Amino acid sequence: MSMKGEAIGGAMPLLEVCGISKSFPGVRALSEIEFRLLSGTVHVLCGENGAGKSTFVKILDGVCQPDSGEIWVCGKRVRIDDPITARRLGIGMIFQELDYVPDATVEQSLFLGSEPRNRIGGIDWQKIRRRTIELLNTEELPYLPTTKLKDLTVSDIQILEILKSVSSEKRILLMDEPTSAITDREIERLFEKIAQLSAKGVGIIYISHKMDEIFKIADEITVFRDGETVGHEPADTLDKENVISMMVGRRIETAYPPKDICVTENVALQITSLTRKPFFNDISFFVRSGEVVGVAGLVGAGRTEIARAIFGLDPFDSGQIKVNGQPVRIDSVSDAISAGIGMLSEDRKRYGLILCRNVKENASLLVLESYFKHGRNAKRAEQRDVSTMFEQMNVKTPSLAATARTLSGGNQQKIVLTKWLLKNQEVVILDEPTRGIDVGAKFEIYKIILDLARNGKAILLISSELPELIGLSDRMYVMAKGKITAELSRDQFDQKTVMNFATQGRQ
Amino acid sequence: MRFRMIGEIWKTIRTRCSIFLVLFGMIAIASAISPVFLSTRNLSNIARQISVVTIMAFAQTIIIITGMIDLSVGSVMALAGVLSVSAYVATESLFLALSVGIIVGVAATTVSGLFVTRLNVPPFIATLGMLTVARGIVLLYTKGQNIYQIGNYVTFGQGDVLGVPMPIIVMTLVVVTIWYLLNHTRIGRYAYAIGGNEDAARASGLKIRRVKLQVYMIAGALVGLAGVLFMSRVNAGLPNAGIGYELDTISIAVIGGTSITGGVGTALGTLAGAFIIGILNNIMNLMGVQSYVQAVVRGLIIVLAVAYDTRAQTKRKVA
Repeated sequence: MSMKGEAIGGAMPLLEVCGISKSFPGVRALSEIEFRLLSGTVHVLCGENGAGKSTFVKILDGVCQPDSGEIWVCGKRVRIDDPITARRLGIGMIFQELDYVPDATVEQSLFLGSEPRNRIGGIDWQKIRRRTIELLNTEELPYLPTTKLKDLTVSDIQILEILKSVSSEKRILLMDEPTSAITDREIERLFEKIAQLSAKGVGIIYISHKMDEIFKIADEITVFRDGETVGHEPADTLDKENVISMMVGRRIETAYPPKDICVTENVALQITSLTRKPFFNDISFFVRSGEVVGVAGLVGAGRTEIARAIFGLDPFDSGQIKVNGQPVRIDSVSDAISAGIGMLSEDRKRYGLILCRNVKENASLLVLESYFKHGRNAKRAEQRDVSTMFEQMNVKTPSLAATARTLSGGNQQKIVLTKWLLKNQEVVILDEPTRGIDVGAKFEIYKIILDLARNGKAILLISSELPELIGLSDRMYVMAKGKITAELSRDQFDQKTVMNFATQGRQ
Repeated sequence: MRFRMIGEIWKTIRTRCSIFLVLFGMIAIASAISPVFLSTRNLSNIARQISVVTIMAFAQTIIIITGMIDLSVGSVMALAGVLSVSAYVATESLFLALSVGIIVGVAATTVSGLFVTRLNVPPFIATLGMLTVARGIVLLYTKGQNIYQIGNYVTFGQGDVLGVPMPIIVMTLVVVTIWYLLNHTRIGRYAYAIGGNEDAARASGLKIRRVKLQVYMIAGALVGLAGVLFMSRVNAGLPNAGIGYELDTISIAVIGGTSITGGVGTALGTLAGAFIIGILNNIMNLMGVQSYVQAVVRGLIIVLAVAYDTRAQTKRKVA
């Protein structure tokens, strides 16, 4: 073991963690973790969900306390009791899942906790306004300082969050899957920021599941499995296969399950000239039963907005929606559901789950009617159906009475999928179904999607991960700036082609 | 290994049933302090004393679970009770009197509910309005005078069936009904879902406005029933009854583990909360504590009980 604070290879260890352990009731989340972050480097943490990465980061952020072990920052032993202490030690954090104040404005949220003061100690709003405008201009972001966060998309908020951490003076930055909600263009921008920061000597701990990304930016890679470090190597000595096999303890053969073509003639969902200004304009497309139709595009292209309009969450100006050839009128979500449409939202916490209720209640919410017609006895049927479905989907939950909040992202997403599987809708819209989910769970969700198609469902798949769309879709629409710019068949799928269409009409 | 299991079980009890532990603790302390505490007479006395406010606390519980609030329970109770009394005085029909009480309660909360669901007035404001409107109406109607000589109306609150006092019977029926409603009906599950996450409930196609209105109406029926019981227990129609009951009912619900932000709460929890308050009052009376001091103690206990429960819940969340 080296001396604390000793320079290694010219780079100074900003952070050293020695023998950190942490247990929760029934689970050993971390055991004897050793970790070192050098100044000016990007240290990537990989591991499946539940491997302990998030717990580790939470300890560094002061959100939870280790049971044993030491943390050293810049050669000094420290105790990080809470996030405020972490900030004071120069540790910044970008969260995986966003908790934001919907009514806060862009400028308020950018300067939250670090508001500049005026002479009499009040908040200097003019300075905030000025600096926000500067920042928005240099980053070419199209919104106003006074725009409220609830009027932005998840990715806009994520980008703000990143800007916020990057613009503050931190020595150590923790990033827990910062790219799970943003698309390639913003990822590029984030990587530029990261490069600038490491040039300045900032150390970055970066958690990600995306292999391509990891190898683009990592200087060092540490892999966690079941709360232990199973590998720590410089990035240039590893490749994708090594890392994945370390993560899962086995090699994954292919990233996508085998796909049968099971497209039928029946047009299950037909959209004609759907318009909602300024989000999307004159959108027409169709999905057949048994078909997976991908929708590609950059964030802000209007994909989520279209899905929301079809599902009755937002109104639209004009256009027609037909399900199985019948025109349907959709004024509310319940109209959409009775027309046979289901949707899994991109914002799982807000639209997917009742986090404070148990998993069974969440899973059966859409089909309660069928269980409560005959009073008490139906409870058993509910229990049986939900647990059968959970078994099929390999949902890992301690019991049916476990609170939804306590489950990992992947398992939460499977519960939302269970809701729709039990409802058995003809048309299923999936908006970013694998956001923030680890490799293993992703693969399982892919299988579920393809199974749905095999059972004759019409699937509209929106995703910001192009390989995912290419791996799963039968056909793909590409959108840019609220319009469909291309319809591609499977033999035309190719990252370059898609990106060309997705960036059409952009400077 | 076995010790560990017992430890786990204890942990579960401590986190999930913390409120019942508080209740049992209080019963233990109370019976140590006063030998008469555990006598049937005293216990039945407590149950009768808390019956009215407990029934109203159940109304408050289902409303809070749905993510709303009702500040008007006290004055609506007075309005319903007084109108029921004068219906009885006019017709001498107990059935009519009971119906009037319940209908008035439902009518008042329906109005609040319509403002909330149709005009998007926040529940806090809508029911704050109803608080003064209902009180105004009942004072106008009685010209501020109490109604006395109400004859057999007292049967509701002072009668008994096979020796069990009516208020206890009614309260028990209410507990069972609300427990059934929350656990075994669709509207109960929808109420939890809406209070837990209204956006997600909407994205699951729930008819949110309808459920909210239904919850207000059910609560209104309970408040009306409480009004009938109250007037008959005091043997008069009191237009000034129930002042401050909004806070009492909210405290009971929250002490009983109902989350003030909605989505969490149980019928048994609220019952426990009501008994905690009832026993606290009882024991302070038995000890001859001055009533101003009682108010201070009550306030402290409420905050402490909630702090304890919140801590237990936070622990559960982290795990």
